[in-house]
Amino acid sequence: MPAASQMEFFIDPSRCIGCNACVQACSECDTHKGYSMIQLDYIDRATSTQTAPVVCMHCDSPTCAEVCPADAIKRTSDGVVQSARKPRCIACNNCVLACPFGVPKMNTQMNLMMKCDMCYDRTSVGKKPMCASVCPSQALFFGTRAEIEQLRPRSQPINTFRFGAQTITTKVNMMVPRYATIPLIDVTAAPRERAVAQPADDDMLLSAMYS
Amino acid sequence: MNTREPERLTIPPDGRADAEQPHWRQDFPVDWPDDTYVSRRDFVKFLVLTSLAFTSGQFVVLVRNLLRQRATPPAQALARLDALPIGGSLVFSYPSPLDKRVLVRLDERTLVAYGQSCTHLSCPVIARPADGQLHCPCHEGAFDLATGRPIAGPPRRPLPLVTLDVRDGMIYATGVEERTV
Repeated sequence: MPAASQMEFFIDPSRCIGCNACVQACSECDTHKGYSMIQLDYIDRATSTQTAPVVCMHCDSPTCAEVCPADAIKRTSDGVVQSARKPRCIACNNCVLACPFGVPKMNTQMNLMMKCDMCYDRTSVGKKPMCASVCPSQALFFGTRAEIEQLRPRSQPINTFRFGAQTITTKVNMMVPRYATIPLIDVTAAPRERAVAQPADDDMLLSAMYS
Repeated sequence: MNTREPERLTIPPDGRADAEQPHWRQDFPVDWPDDTYVSRRDFVKFLVLTSLAFTSGQFVVLVRNLLRQRATPPAQALARLDALPIGGSLVFSYPSPLDKRVLVRLDERTLVAYGQSCTHLSCPVIARPADGQLHCPCHEGAFDLATGRPIAGPPRRPLPLVTLDVRDGMIYATGVEERTV
């Protein structure tokens, strides 16, 4: 197993232009068996073209592995949470339901959970993941921390997230504005926050879900 | 910067130390290096080496068998002939106390003795002179009482034959004939 390298993954959703290049490139990675493991989320499709790429955040305490009854999800020594081991996975969908980021996908034809493994055949030999290598706006960036600080002086990486009572630290970093003095990203509280241009109460679906 | 230890990557959700964690966390670790995942190559290695050990073990058995001393054990008195009725049987040990044998009197002048261990899985065989058989109850094996050869069930090799001698009304065991066919 390769040792932990200095290369880290940085996601900046505000730079995402929704071109879907990462989705296409992901399916061409050898470890993904032709399936795309990246998800391009629309933030508020009715009113905005803003998209956000979702890759596996590679949690320090992977919820998918915690809930796996078959002991199939493993984390390699460089911190990458791998797809389920084929001999062990029983296709029970526990990980799919448990992951707070919604990353694992169940391949029902193969009866195997597959997820973003940071293009393990590439990153384990020092190459960039497929998505980061094609992203034209570098919303997906793979490099050292010194590089990102030099390239994005107005942003800072953050790798702590809160989902209700669950606080998660991850290997993958999310870029937030440098002046933001937040210790973590409260994901489940975000839908209730008042949007800048549009009151959250106007969104009937969201207000029904979170009120 | 990433300051975590490279070996112990995964932090349990409650954040407590490893010693305070339940035992199943050691049995089912999330970290791949801690997991005893058997790769296909390791499994094939295990199969090949185990087969090799069994094969070479056969040669060890062969060599030891060739080097074994084959002296005739001394004769041993078993019983008085008139103490054994026709159709009666007697279990005795010959030559060592671990070698159980069974002696059967078939008729006035015919005595036979065989090893008592079934050649299938070493269950003790029981003489059934009325059926002309030695019966093994474990897997319903049967041997011919007159010759000691298998006639039914799983055993394929005959029972070892104990040669007998009758002198002055006394039955003696004089030797053991190990047979393979």
